Amino acid sequence: MKFLDEYREGAPVALLAREIRRIIHRPWTIMEICGGQTHTILKSGLEDLLPPQVTLVHGPGCPVCVTPIELIDKAVEVAARPEAILCSFGDMLRVPGSTRSLLDSKAAGGDIRIVYSPLDALQVARDNPHRQVVFFAVGFETTAPANAMSVWQAAREGLQNFSLLVAHVLVPPAIEAILSAPNCRVQAFLAPGHVCTVMGFHEYEPLAQRYHVPIVVTGFEPLDLLEGIRLAVAQLEDGRAVVENQYSRAVTRAGNQPAQQRVAEIFEVANRQWRGIGEIPSSGLRLRPAYRRFDAEERFGLRAAGARESADCIAGLVLQGLKKPIECPAFGVQCTPERPLGAPMVSSEGACAAYYHFGRRPHAGA
Amino acid sequence: MCLAVPGKIVDILADPDPALRRATVDFGGVRKEVSLAFTPEAAIGDYVLVHVGFALNVVDPVEAQKIFEYLKQMDDLAEIQEGPA
Amino acid sequence: MLELNFTCPIPLPASDHILLAHGGGGTLMNQLIERVFLPAFSNPALNARHDGAILTIGNARLAFTTDSYVVQPLVFPGGNIGDLAVNGTVNDLAMCGARPLYLSAGFILEEGLAIETLRLVVESMRQAASSAGVSLVTGDTKVVDKGKADGIFINTAGIGVIEHALAIGPQSVCPGDAVIVSGDLGAHGISILSVREGLQFDAPIVSDTASLWAPVRALLAAGLEIHCLRDLTRGGLASTLNEIATARGVGIRIRESDLPVEEAVRGACEILGLDPLYVANEGRFAIFLPAAQAAQALAILSAFPVCRRAALAGEVTAADPGLVVLASRIGGNRVVDMLSGEQLPRIC
Repeated sequence: MKFLDEYREGAPVALLAREIRRIIHRPWTIMEICGGQTHTILKSGLEDLLPPQVTLVHGPGCPVCVTPIELIDKAVEVAARPEAILCSFGDMLRVPGSTRSLLDSKAAGGDIRIVYSPLDALQVARDNPHRQVVFFAVGFETTAPANAMSVWQAAREGLQNFSLLVAHVLVPPAIEAILSAPNCRVQAFLAPGHVCTVMGFHEYEPLAQRYHVPIVVTGFEPLDLLEGIRLAVAQLEDGRAVVENQYSRAVTRAGNQPAQQRVAEIFEVANRQWRGIGEIPSSGLRLRPAYRRFDAEERFGLRAAGARESADCIAGLVLQGLKKPIECPAFGVQCTPERPLGAPMVSSEGACAAYYHFGRRPHAGA
Repeated sequence: MCLAVPGKIVDILADPDPALRRATVDFGGVRKEVSLAFTPEAAIGDYVLVHVGFALNVVDPVEAQKIFEYLKQMDDLAEIQEGPA
Repeated sequence: MLELNFTCPIPLPASDHILLAHGGGGTLMNQLIERVFLPAFSNPALNARHDGAILTIGNARLAFTTDSYVVQPLVFPGGNIGDLAVNGTVNDLAMCGARPLYLSAGFILEEGLAIETLRLVVESMRQAASSAGVSLVTGDTKVVDKGKADGIFINTAGIGVIEHALAIGPQSVCPGDAVIVSGDLGAHGISILSVREGLQFDAPIVSDTASLWAPVRALLAAGLEIHCLRDLTRGGLASTLNEIATARGVGIRIRESDLPVEEAVRGACEILGLDPLYVANEGRFAIFLPAAQAAQALAILSAFPVCRRAALAGEVTAADPGLVVLASRIGGNRVVDMLSGEQLPRIC
């Protein structure tokens, strides 16, 4: 497949790995933000090719991991209503709420449907005029334009039975929260390539400057990641701290204007809870007043009383890169992919699941 | 976040409203109908990055090539530095 | 400066109800087998946990197996539930190295099912049985209320005769064995997904459901020292290899660049965020045999259309017992774990 396969070849990857080894003289800690990047790193065994001085930590780049528990509970609440059909991306089904996940709800008879696109959820609404269709709108800035379009089309068609349960989060505030934490040890970031396809990368420039950290907008294939790491290491070795664009085939500084405009028309910035981290101001999206009638929380009066968190799972520390999953006493013991305590064990990109599945290393020399 | 996959536009379904313009995109032989609401400039033959049913940008083939040019230079340079095999 | 609170979700209680994932062919299903079924029914034949039971009755060695078919949709590109019901059980017998002879079929029909649909399914079963050389000799029919059966559920059981002296099963697998896959991966699972609501796409991909007895018979007739055969169904190649590695306490190494996957299947997996290693297959099996015989096995398989993309996928190792390790295209290594529940499409 073009624009995919050529970034997965062994020879170019080996060349970049060699170049990183050539230029690196000190240990550096680099965080990649996006779950998709974590997935590639672990799936391709990319860390095997990196020199030991590079430490990669996996950031909160997984909307599955950071969707607040209250919203899972609200999704479960809606799905339990006989008139409702809950449509969701597959990612969200296994995430534990206070008492159950959406997958458990499905087992108990809730009408929960996996969709590929919010437009599929719209079609479910058109096909089922006597049911209320709720779309679980999670994601970073990458998914916001699509979700915005679904609302815009629903409004245009006068659909009365479609609504969104909004759980959108924004990346730059999360990076700022990590950078401003007292024991932050991240020295450079690989910024999420597809978020930047939509938003551009100008928002990261003040962060790079204020905190003096290199930020490299990076793609998702092994070659992209190695190149992003190379650029970050080069900056770190030189003492520079600017925003660079590794993913230039898909990202420009200004980003996708029509997409940003549609998002701005439908959504506005709001404070958001990040599961395992807490509230980060101005880090999420909610529907604007003109479109508030499409908000499922208001339409159904969802309350999610009694959302409970416990202290056993150290997801927050893991999400910020302050602890590795294997340092958690529950890891692999009480907390496994079959019975997850926290969201990072659920998501295929969640740092804990990634370690559980991919991180058990074969013997050297095997 | 976030899975966006490059595919080739093989057909365009025009609409007077650009927000409703759609395309048939081919991913290695699999075809799916995709919204071009955010890529009004996309044309047949272009490769677009598709996320949850929407094209988010047209892949820039010139930019895509740059890393391979850089790698070639690096490889040539390494050969020079290492001397004849 | 921001005050960050490190808190965490409460533990999810272990499930005390059956989840869909219990049927997924992965860890949850194996747990169910280990914790509920095996303790109740333990005996040597069952405990071998192969695709079928090997039984000695008088001078004959027989293989006996059963399987139930609950696929949705009932009809998909390349076949229907009827083909699966015959070929699946025929193949479980073939995986024991047994010549399939007789099948039973139990039907659970949902009230309201169109008889035309039933005719279609039954006709497919007739053709599949004829191709596989088996006779359907006994059956049963039940009807349940509307809403209780997804159209049709079918259970088939099969008997075959073992006409060689080999012990074919996980216990015969040895370090140094070659691992061959009989064809390309993921076509069946993707063909099913391509017609599922919410995920539809146009794909030139059809399910390859087929009887595998003919290629197995050819391998046996050539006198190859087959150690183990296992058909790849739910949970994909990854689950099958993990089961063998765990059952036998060996490691298995596979190379990503050697795994055959059709480009269209790859394309579908890319857009849905699925890993072909975990996608369901029909008409595909894995062969474990001495490495020195791998080339001959591949040559024999190439004569059968259903095995046209057979490939040497890897080898069995003494190192890393119980683990399946994949050497990625870029030269890194990763552990290919057992699937935990169903693989779901993702956007992230």
